[in-house]
Order: sequence, then C-alpha cells, then structure tokens
Amino acid sequence: MPEGPAPAPVIHRLRVRYAKRGRLRFTSHRDISRAVERAVRRAGIPVAFSAGFSPHPKISYTGAAATGVASEAEYLELGLTEIRDPARVQAQLDAALPDGLDICDVVVVPPGSGKPSALAERLEASEWRVRLDGVAHDDAAAAVAAFLAAGTVEVERLTKKGRRRFDARSAVSSFELDRRASEAADAPCAILRMVVRHTTPAVRPDDILTGLRQVADLAPPSPPLVTRLAQGPLDAATGGLTDPLGPDRASPERETAHAAGDVAGAERSDVVPSADAVISARS
Amino acid sequence: MPIESIFPRLEPLLPRVQKPIQYVGGELNSQVKDWDEAQVRWALMYPDAYEVGLPNQGVQILYEILNERAGTLAERTYSVWPDMEAVMREHGIPQFTVDGHRPVAAFDVFGISFSTELGYTNMLTALDLAGVPLEAADRTDDHPIVLAGGHAAFNPEPIADFLDAAVLGDGEEIALAITEVIREWKGEGRPGGRDELLERLARSGGVYVPKFFDVSYLPDGRIQRVAPNRPGIPWRVDKHTVMDLDKWPYPKKPLVPLAETVHERFSVEIFRGCTRGCRFCQAGMITRPVRERSITTIGNMVEEGLKQSGFQEVGLLSLSSADHSEIGDVAKGLADRYEGTNTSLSLPSTRVDAFNITLANEFSRGGRRSGLTFAPEGGSERMRKVINKMVSEDDLIRTVTTAYENGWRQVKLYFMCGLPTEEDEDVLAIADMARRVIKAGRDATGRRDIRCTVSIGGFVPKPHTPFQWAAQCDHETVDRRLKALKDELRGDKEYGRAIGLRYHDGQPSVIEGLLSRGDRRVGRVVRAVWEDGGRFDGWTEHFSYQRWLACADEALADEPVDLDWFTVREREEVEVLPWDHLDAGLDREWLWQDWQDAVDETEVEDCRWTPCYDCGVCPTMGTEIQIGPTGRKLLPLNVV
Ligand code: B12
Ligand code: SF4
Repeated sequence: MPEGPAPAPVIHRLRVRYAKRGRLRFTSHRDISRAVERAVRRAGIPVAFSAGFSPHPKISYTGAAATGVASEAEYLELGLTEIRDPARVQAQLDAALPDGLDICDVVVVPPGSGKPSALAERLEASEWRVRLDGVAHDDAAAAVAAFLAAGTVEVERLTKKGRRRFDARSAVSSFELDRRASEAADAPCAILRMVVRHTTPAVRPDDILTGLRQVADLAPPSPPLVTRLAQGPLDAATGGLTDPLGPDRASPERETAHAAGDVAGAERSDVVPSADAVISARS
Repeated sequence: MPIESIFPRLEPLLPRVQKPIQYVGGELNSQVKDWDEAQVRWALMYPDAYEVGLPNQGVQILYEILNERAGTLAERTYSVWPDMEAVMREHGIPQFTVDGHRPVAAFDVFGISFSTELGYTNMLTALDLAGVPLEAADRTDDHPIVLAGGHAAFNPEPIADFLDAAVLGDGEEIALAITEVIREWKGEGRPGGRDELLERLARSGGVYVPKFFDVSYLPDGRIQRVAPNRPGIPWRVDKHTVMDLDKWPYPKKPLVPLAETVHERFSVEIFRGCTRGCRFCQAGMITRPVRERSITTIGNMVEEGLKQSGFQEVGLLSLSSADHSEIGDVAKGLADRYEGTNTSLSLPSTRVDAFNITLANEFSRGGRRSGLTFAPEGGSERMRKVINKMVSEDDLIRTVTTAYENGWRQVKLYFMCGLPTEEDEDVLAIADMARRVIKAGRDATGRRDIRCTVSIGGFVPKPHTPFQWAAQCDHETVDRRLKALKDELRGDKEYGRAIGLRYHDGQPSVIEGLLSRGDRRVGRVVRAVWEDGGRFDGWTEHFSYQRWLACADEALADEPVDLDWFTVREREEVEVLPWDHLDAGLDREWLWQDWQDAVDETEVEDCRWTPCYDCGVCPTMGTEIQIGPTGRKLLPLNVV
C-alpha cells in the first residue's frame, strides 16, 4: 500500500568529519547513528529519506572506530534535499549533538563526484595514538623495536567469522614511541603512535598490542586508551596521511569558499584539531 | 563539602564491561547541578537495567520537576548488570548516579520507582553497593532516606524492612512537598535526627513510614492488626492524585540516551486513570479517577518534546488511549501537523471497542504502519464477564475485519491465563477466537497471508483490586492449559499455521504473586534470594524459580505460612490484608461486592458515561472525573 508522494530526492551532499571524545568514546556505531539522526532533526537539517514503509534518513557512515576507542577522524555523508551552507550545518549539527560527539569539518561533495564509496576508498589507513598507563618508556620502546624488527607477527582474534589468525605486522607502515607526549602526560605512561593500513581482516590497535605482548612480553596493567587521530590516503613519500576531504575541497566546482577547513589536513600528528579551533577559524 | 565524581575511578574499568555507554550518562537534556548550592538532593532509581529504566516516564518527570527548583538537585541511577557489579565490588566503587557520578549514599533521598515487584532484589543490590545498610533499622543520620514510589508501592510490605518510607500515587506534588519538609528540617539543624524527619513526613498522612506501624499476627498466620505505634501517626496513608494534568506538562525535555533503550520515542500521557473497571487491572483501580490532559496541552507537549529530543516517534500514553474524549481530533491534528516529516505516531493500549479505523489510519499516515494490538484478555464470553472486559467476540471480529480490509495483515491479541473461575474450556476458547479472526481476515480480503499472534500472560492477583481475595491459579494448571491450547492450534490444518502463540511458563507468576500480596514476612525471602545471588528477576535468563522456592521454604520455616499460603489461597472478606492501611480510595465493601459480581459474571459500567457507582475514590480523595471534550482543535504549526 505505498501511499503519499515520493520522497524528495538528494540534491546536495555533504561530507562530515566528526570526533568522538572523552567518555563518549564508549558509544557504539549504532549509538552514534541514532544520535546523529536525532541531531539532524533537532537542527532542522533537510536530510533526504528513503522510500518505503520504514523510511530511513540518507546518512552513510564509513567504518567506525570500535566501542571504547576515541577518534578525531570519523566520517559520514549526508544527502540533503536542499542546498545548505556547510559552515552553518557544522555549527548547527555540533550544537545539536551531545558534547563529546563533535563536528570538526563539513565539505560539499562536488556534483558529479558524489558516489558515497569514493570517500571510503580514500580512507586507506588510520593513524592511532595508544596510551598505555603504567608502562615504562624503555619497555615500550623496546617492544616497538622488536615488533618492527619482526618479519611477521601472527595474532589471533575472534572476528565475526570466528577465530582467525593473521599477520599484524605487514599492515603497520609506521610505529613509534612518542617520548615527548609520554613525558608530558599527567601520569606515568607510554604513548605510542602508529599508522596502520586498512586491510581485511582489519588490523586494530589491540591486535598490535597483542603483537607487542607476543614479541616482547609487554603487558600493560590497565586497558589502553586508544584514539584514532586521522584517516586518509597514505602518502607514499612521507608515510603519513593526507586529508581525505582534500579532493572535495580542491574541486573547481565548489560554489562557496569555506576553505579554512584545510586545518584538518595539516600536521595531524602534532596537534589534534579541535572542533572549536576549526569553527573559529571560519568565522 | 563537594562530593567528588567517581568517574575517574570508573573510566578505566569500563572497557571490561558490556555496553559501557549505559554507565556514562551525558544524555541530551540531562543535567548536573552544583552540589553545594542544593540543600536537598535526590538520587532517583529505576531498579532495572538502564535500557529499561531510562525511558521510564515516572523517573523522568520527577527528575525534571525536582531539578527545576532552585536549591534542589536530582540525579539518576539504574541497576548495574552483574558484570559491572563484580567490577565495582572488586574496586570498591559504590552505586553511583549517571549524571554527576556521585555516590548514592551522599544524597538526602534515595527514591526508587517500582512499576513491578520484580525489582525488589535489584534494590538490595543497589543499597548494598551504595554502602547503605539493607535494613532501615540499621541506618544512621548519615544515610539517605530510602523512599519507594510507583505502582508496586501500593503494597510495599514485602520490602517494608528495607524502606524508610513509601509514597502512593502521583509523585509530582508529594515529591516537592517532601523536599520542603527536608529543607526545613536541615535548615533547623536536623533536630531529632532521622527519626524526627520521618515523623514529620509521616504525620501528614501522605507518606508511609513502615516502622511507625506494628503488625501483629493471629496464631494461624493471618494478620491480626496493623496499627501506628506512636502518637500523631494517622491510621491510614492516602494516595496522591494530581488533579490538573495541564498544569504539569512533563516531561518537557525528555532524556535522550546515547545507548539503545526499550523505548525510542517521546511519550505523552494523554490522561491518567481508567474507570473501565477491568477487575484484574491494578493500574486501573489505583489511578482513579480519569483525568484527561487537554488537546491543546497534548499538542504543545508533542511540539516541544520533539523539538527538544529529535525523536521520530510520538507515543500517546495512557491506560486506554483511544478513550480520550478527543482522541480523534488529537490524532488527526497531530497527523496533519507532522505530515511529511517522517514522524510516526503510536497508540499503545487500544481497546477493541474504542478502536476505529479512521483513528488507525491517522496513526499510520506518518509512514509506518505498525501492528495492531487488541486485548480481549479472556478467551470466552463468560471469562470476559468475570474480569469485566466488556467486549464481545462479534465486536472483535468486526474490528479486525475492518482492519484487514484496510490493509493490515497482522493483528496481535493479548490474553491472560489463570484467571479466577477459569476452566480449561475458557482457555481453549482462545483458539476458537483466533480461528474466527483468521477466517474473517481471509473472507474480507480473499488473501491467505493473514496472520494473528496470540500472546498470553499468567494472571497475578493484585492488591487494591476485586481479585485481591482470589486464589492465584497454580502454575501446573496454567502450564497444562497453555499446553492444551498449543496442541489445539498445532493440530489445526486450516488455521493453525496462520496463528502464532506466545506465552511464558507459569512459575514466574507465582513469585510475582508472592511479592504482590505478601506481607512483611516475605521480606526475609527477598533478602535470602538476594543473598543467594538473585538479581534481575524480571529477566527470564536471570530468574530462578528454584532459588525462590528454596529460599521461601527456609525463610518461612518457623512461620505458619508458606509460598502457597500467600499465592494459591483464597482470602475471606474479614481477613486483614497487608495493605488495608494503605488507602487507594477504593471502598473495601465496593471491592468485595465487585469480587462477588465477578464470580456471578455480572458486569459493571464505566463511570465516565454512566452515573457514579460509588467505588469510593472520588469522595475519599476529594477528586473528580475530568474529561473533555474541550471542542478545541490543533492548528497547523508555523514552520520556522
Ligand atoms: C510504557 C510502559 C511500559 C514500557 C516502559 C517501561 C518503562 N521503562 O517505563 C515497557 C514496554 C518496557 C513496559 C514493560 C513492563 N510493564 Co509496563 N507499562 C507502561 C505504561 C503503558 C506506561 C507507564 C508510564 O510511563 N506511566 C506514566 C508514569 C508517569 O507513571 P509512573 O511511572 O507510575 O510514575 C508516577 C507515579 O507512580 C509516581 N512515582 C513513580 N516512581 C516514583 C518514585 C518515587 C520516589 C516517588 C515519590 C513517586 C514515584 O510518580 C510518577 C508521576 O506521577 C503502563 C500503563 C500506564 N499507563 O501507566 C504499563 C504498566 C506500568 N506496565 C505494566 C507491566 C505489568 C509491565 C511489565 C511487568 C510487563 C511484563 N510482564 O513484562 C514490564 C515490566 C518492565 C520492567 N522491568 O519495569 C503494568 C503494571 C501492572 C500493575 N502494577 O498492575 C502497567 C500498569 C500496564 C497494565 N495495565 O498492566 N511497560
Ligand atoms: S467514585 Fe464514582 S465517579 Fe469516582 S471513580 Fe469511583 S465510580 Fe467513578
């Protein structure tokens, strides 16, 4: 019994980088999508809906950080029925979301390049920061060195397809102890940084920690604090990541010039961009 | 002195538990007020898991009302799952609120909302984790007042030893009144300590303080007398009734959780109370009389609530929502207002006779066409007369026919098993009814994909209802009847496959019966079960009948009473019931007469549309029926 007019089509796409911070890192992917759907409604952002008996909003997400893992670089895409200024959407959506789910960057997807998969393809790797409380710097450094020296580091994990063994080493393109940050921390800890390619099965920071335990007996006394700092295309030259929204921003077809969003791409591994900084840079 | 948040200690432990987000707080519209600026501080608890407790309206309303007052603070706490309980015990983390992560023991009042008795063991877990002595008698001036509310508080006797106080009925006004009594007492420097505070609360007759009443027993185990044990304490404790729901349009700012919960919608109570007079329904009896919220207030609440929450669904809540005097205009008005916004409306608790298809169509205009649910409750005409569910099988068939004609393919039917005077054939009649429903659907539509789901719950006699004297049906009989029904449907080649059957076995109902009609002696059983590891009794996977049975045997060994005595025994008119001193306003003689009428299969009308039949509530409580129509309509919203 399909009734009523067909839903309004998508005429405008926005790509959004958001962060999940602090205690809100305990949200699951489903929790976040519910929160975003509600925030979009509260903020009055004209998101398109699918047709059918249970219409759902056209919001697509790229692979989300696991429950308990914080992130500065999660991505989603909104399909709108009307054109909206990305800077305003950023401010409105951020205000409608609970503190800790923060909108960091919004760009217009240039018409013609709007395949939702295009963004997912750009997310080749993630940069992670892992804080290990109560672990001595030298122990951590030695473990990292042993891990990097190993040809392969086989780990085992329960995946959706059952127990699987896979190599955690080959996906890691850079890995180091961040001594400066470790020393500056409020409590004794070792802070690791790593860039890990997105592979199947995915190699997650906890797989790498499992690897550290195997190669160097590194056994942190409390659960690690993991933060995704960035996602994006791997820069072969530097081994670092570039801004996945860069191509959208650079597109000649962009109508409006909200170019300040480039902050997000710069110097990821030193400054964690905060939503506030991005917003104020624009106004 | 500021109370520190336990969150820094909790946070590193969260990765070790399931669904950690439920312990984190930070829901939209939640708040953390300054501790030192408040003189009176409430910790409110729904004693079930966060996913069930968070949407609870009662707690949300009180939370908002208390926090609106300057100098008053309210935070929330829920039952922690056993994995979290173990972690908390290992690390010495106390029961905490999810707002400020403050220890529950630091608050002035620990208010617990019981909509079901199955939360009693969870209350003990929370008290114990909070470091508050389980028995009220062991508490000192430093401990919070442990206060129960909600429907189960109409007979709090099984947990009387664990409670300092209980409140019957609507909580809005009395929660504020209690707050002022506490503020005054604290302002005066807490004269007379805890005891005097409780006495000040009890003297008004609006707060029940169990320890101010002594219960004496006859040699055969029945209660001899329940009497106040100090001067100035009234013999009876009254329930509270909010008389103008338009003045209390809460929740205004519904809590929106990050975690997934059982209800993901904004609910508005469109009226309170119900005078249909279903004899099994405690809620209907204890919430009389009917008080409607006006169409205008409903419209405003929906508008504001959706704006504040971003929810996609609105539930119009009450005990029988289609009975609102202007339900048609409410439904049409809301459907018009939210047309094209992907907002859906739902109407839980529809009565067969009040249902009409225009209404159902309004409700499905928002896009979603949810299933239709009807509750005939009794399978046979005779049974429905006993329980005063005045709906005929022909009514039902007419209604479902219209529904099937209008595009619905599936209806759900609710029944009870184990009702007073029930015989096997009353339960088997459910099969006949379901077959007629399918046949009607097939005839009306010419289709074969018509379905109906029959859902059956075990009947539990409740205090303050005409069935409070009835013998509860033993679980063997309930199980036997349900099995016979199942076999009957299974064997039916023509209709059996189109009919789904859902039911639970009868044992949990027996324990619910014990807790519903128990007296203070049952407290020992509750405690023994909890000490033996009993938790989350409302959850099949946690509930253990064997444990309850064993603990009841042991805890009641020295008494002339046992589990059967509390459950499957019929009471006589003269017996003192454990809750007789707690006044829901219902005239005891009227209730007894209604019980006799039930056995005689005599029905009673709804006093909204027929003259008052003197159930006693209105004169006793100084209340009156408040219904429309107001004649007003909902105007379109201005889109900003
Ligand atoms: C929505 C609802 C549900 C939802 C949501 C529950 C939830 N999280 O809140 C769901 C579907 C999960 C549900 C489940 C169940 N429900 Co239900 N539910 C309802 C319904 C329709 C509305 C409840 C409501 O929000 N009322 C409005 C609020 C404002 O009222 P309130 O909670 O009583 O609070 C007021 C006062 O009681 C008081 N108060 C409450 N707590 C406190 C605490 C303190 C300290 C103070 C001072 C005052 C106070 O102040 C509040 C404001 O006035 C009612 C019917 C109804 N209309 O009441 C049935 C109802 C409450 N449910 C009922 C039952 C039986 C159940 C289940 C046991 C069913 C089952 N067999 O599984 C489960 C139990 C779930 C659980 N573990 O708690 C029965 C209760 C039976 C009874 N007492 O006779 C009712 C009355 C329906 C009925 N007619 O049978 N339910
Ligand atoms: S006292 Fe009369 S009018 Fe009031 S609820 Fe009872 S029967 Fe209805």
